[in-house]
Amino acid sequence: MAFTQADYQDMQGLLRFGYGALTEACFLLLRIEDAAAAGLWLEGAPLATAEVQIPPPAKALQLAFTCEGLRKLRVAEETVNGFSAEFLSGMVGDENRSRRLGDIGESAPQHWQWGGPGNVPDMVAMIYARPGQLEAWKLSLEDGLKASGFVLLQCLPTTDMGGVEPFGFVDGVSQPQLDWEGRRSTSGDKLTYENLCALGEFVLGYPNEYGKNTGRPLISKQQAADLPDAEDAAGHADLGRNGTYMVLRQLEQDVRGFWRFADAQTNSDEAARLDLAEKMVGRRITGDPLLHARAQAITVGGTSADDARLNDFTYDEDRDGTMSPMGAHVRRANPRNSDFSAGTHGLWSKLVHMTGFGRTYTREDIIASTRFHRLLRRGREYGSKLTAEQRLEQAPPDAVVTGLQFACLNANIARQFEFVQNAWLMGSKFDGLNDESDPLLGNREQVAGCPVDKFSVPSAHGVRKQIQNVPRFITVRGGAYFFLPGVRALRYIARAARI
Amino acid sequence: MTPQSTLMVVAPIEASREAELRHLLARMNSEVGVADPGNPLLPFSQFSTLHFARFVILDDATAEDLRAYGADPLPPTKSLAFLCDCDGPADHLRGELAKRAGDGLRKIFSCCLEFPADCDLEMWMEEHDKPAATAYTNWLGRTVMQVLEENDLRSALVTQLQSSTHANASPQQVWRALQAFVASEQRGGRLVLTPPSPTPWRWRIKDLLHLFGVPLLLLLVSPLLLLYLPFFLIQLRLRESKDAEIVPRADAAFVKNLASREDRILTNQFSAYGNLKPGTFRRWTLIFLLFAVNYTTRHIYNRGFLARVNTIHFARWVFLDNRKRLFFASNYDGSLESYMGDFINKVAWGLNLVFSNGVGYPKTYWLVLDGAKDEQKFKDYIRRHQLPSEVWYDATPGITAFDMERNSRIRDGIEEHAMTDAEVAEWVKLF
Ligand code: HEM
Repeated sequence: MAFTQADYQDMQGLLRFGYGALTEACFLLLRIEDAAAAGLWLEGAPLATAEVQIPPPAKALQLAFTCEGLRKLRVAEETVNGFSAEFLSGMVGDENRSRRLGDIGESAPQHWQWGGPGNVPDMVAMIYARPGQLEAWKLSLEDGLKASGFVLLQCLPTTDMGGVEPFGFVDGVSQPQLDWEGRRSTSGDKLTYENLCALGEFVLGYPNEYGKNTGRPLISKQQAADLPDAEDAAGHADLGRNGTYMVLRQLEQDVRGFWRFADAQTNSDEAARLDLAEKMVGRRITGDPLLHARAQAITVGGTSADDARLNDFTYDEDRDGTMSPMGAHVRRANPRNSDFSAGTHGLWSKLVHMTGFGRTYTREDIIASTRFHRLLRRGREYGSKLTAEQRLEQAPPDAVVTGLQFACLNANIARQFEFVQNAWLMGSKFDGLNDESDPLLGNREQVAGCPVDKFSVPSAHGVRKQIQNVPRFITVRGGAYFFLPGVRALRYIARAARI
Repeated sequence: MTPQSTLMVVAPIEASREAELRHLLARMNSEVGVADPGNPLLPFSQFSTLHFARFVILDDATAEDLRAYGADPLPPTKSLAFLCDCDGPADHLRGELAKRAGDGLRKIFSCCLEFPADCDLEMWMEEHDKPAATAYTNWLGRTVMQVLEENDLRSALVTQLQSSTHANASPQQVWRALQAFVASEQRGGRLVLTPPSPTPWRWRIKDLLHLFGVPLLLLLVSPLLLLYLPFFLIQLRLRESKDAEIVPRADAAFVKNLASREDRILTNQFSAYGNLKPGTFRRWTLIFLLFAVNYTTRHIYNRGFLARVNTIHFARWVFLDNRKRLFFASNYDGSLESYMGDFINKVAWGLNLVFSNGVGYPKTYWLVLDGAKDEQKFKDYIRRHQLPSEVWYDATPGITAFDMERNSRIRDGIEEHAMTDAEVAEWVKLF
């Protein structure tokens, strides 16, 4: 399929920028009471686009809707039904989904502060600003919203922790690189791990890693003249184009619990404690990889030298996990493999592997190919940042709740976010492991009598160390699936509400 | 070695008793769709050779699709299907079932037409058996007993390894210590590792005849096949270019019902049902292909993987309704999303080969290309053709096919007399 130029003007900025310089942010969860008034407000909303601005903006507004929100804005039912099944059902619409995502026990939706059954917001307004400039803007936006048929349900706060997540690890180190120019060929099998991903994995309306356009609502051209054209369906306008899905989850972190556990496991030896924590995360606390940087570059061009130092590695060189345990968060979240196991070269070897032969070790070829399961993370921290000493202290009664407003963008929630969360993070058999799920994220709720509260640390000389009774460090406090529309799509939605 | 076999009883349901049947089946479960192993109607766990079993109601929701091919839908019927995957001959299991769960099974099958109250249950089940055109077993000869014993072995060894320190021990020392540990556990009766039974000679002869007979037969008819090949290819391409794709998204409530039966334990069941494209061309193509695939699953793919997919415990393809419909059933590890991902990314060619002969399948090219590679169409197609399993039994929940293979390797190491340092080092990594 011919690649049509990415249209930055028609995209919300979050697809392209993390707005790192806009260190203050909060996410307003809103309910729509008066569709017509809301539509009017939305038509004039000062949305920040993905175009590069010089000088860079001092603030940014991003808007996204749940399925309920789109319905309230009177988007036609048949149009709404063009969105993916996961979006239509919502993060909590089906208890089967909650089971798969691991949202059970303490993390079950009925305990959520927002997003639980009957408590799903219609819209989120994400606002970002330079230091000191958020509060005033937020107040004036809130006034405008309230006067325009919106009810503010909750404001999810964020805290600038200086590029570090609450456990203390540098965050935002590895991100997929989006193929804005259509350079990547998606035909054929990929024999090496690459960080460049087809644009359609993250933006609707463009070809994905299968070379196909992910399903989204298409509307006949007459009814939606000013929406972008659908690339793959003549005569149709594309409501999804330049938009994407956003997964938002409020993940509360037990920072003291995490460090005190590591401390107890290592007899309060400072170096060993840090080492264990780093093995659970899968990176050094500084963000450096646990594997030695590669001698030879494999990533495609366009990445900075610093990025190469931090990300130019795959786990092929650490098959047994002696540097980075197989179960480490970062290794689970992105196993960095390709379509075929390492060492598949040439036609014959490919044929052998294709038919299932040529395995050289037991765990070979048991992890799905990564390129279909990438996430563009846009989360922000909340609560208070603790010092290294505070992290080891017992929590005071008035401890500030702390965590991650986890946000990620993807074009296919089922194949990307849900798959990663279910098969890789919550999965108790990831990469041939047993009885353990993600050391950071696991809910530690048994599945079919199988425990999931262990963590294996392979060692270079022999037997793996298996850490027992890992407690739950993260509790889900809220969440929802949103559609983050393109600019023209937003105008279309706004107009639908006013009719 | 004890070979595995399959059993499938199919009988049409008496319409007026469908509700009663569904109620009976639901009562066998401890969770939605997951059997209570000891339920009084059919206490699955009492059958020690049974790996998996399920009850499915065959109800063709896609019958109307045939119209797109200018054919009339088959008359609507609902049938009950009862499937088992077991160690040893199916006849043996059938006899055991009739003997030990006769009352419960009679209660269930009495909701079917053609079930005389005074019939001989064992014979009735045999008469209503539908043999698989292709059957796949993850590991030929691996019995339920072996899976359980080897899993206990692994658990005991892991506990042993974690409770004692091996910090300064060489892998060879660790291995020897574990061997001694197992020997003492075996003496104490805490661990059992039953040696494999001898392979039944009848089975062995039949297997050898099949192994050599099929290629011989193919060799004999190959001149004819070769002559026919060009015509076949032309016909194939003509059909592929005009066969209708029917790939709407399945109804949300239907999918929710399916999903409610998934991911409750680490292994899942999958049943799919659909019509063959009308006409002899597709029928004979499929008969030939399944025959060929069956040869590979019988003699080649019986050691842990089916092409690149290593999460399937058992699978089978069964012709129904005078070969006008195909039924597929499998037991696999992980979620349906990852199963479908494997299909698309690892074995799209294999799925296309078989399923492109089904009505509405995403467009293929030369029988193996495209098809399942059209991710979303394929996933929608799969969901729409899936059938909910009313009752599903897994004798070894929580143990994946990968676990089983690894556990066997652990056992191999324990029973080995000598290993090189390198071998021992690899073996120790299995824990
Ligand atoms: C409070 C919860 C979480 C914490 C504390 C956390 C922490 C981290 C840290 C420290 C890193 C390494 C730095 C980096 O590469 O950016 C990381 C990477 C990553 N995390 Fe998380 N994370 C959390 C939740 C999640 C969730 C819910 C997902 C997905 C469903 C996720 C997916 C990823 C991915 C994809 C990477 C990048 C891996 C790579 O490309 O190498 N994380 N996380």
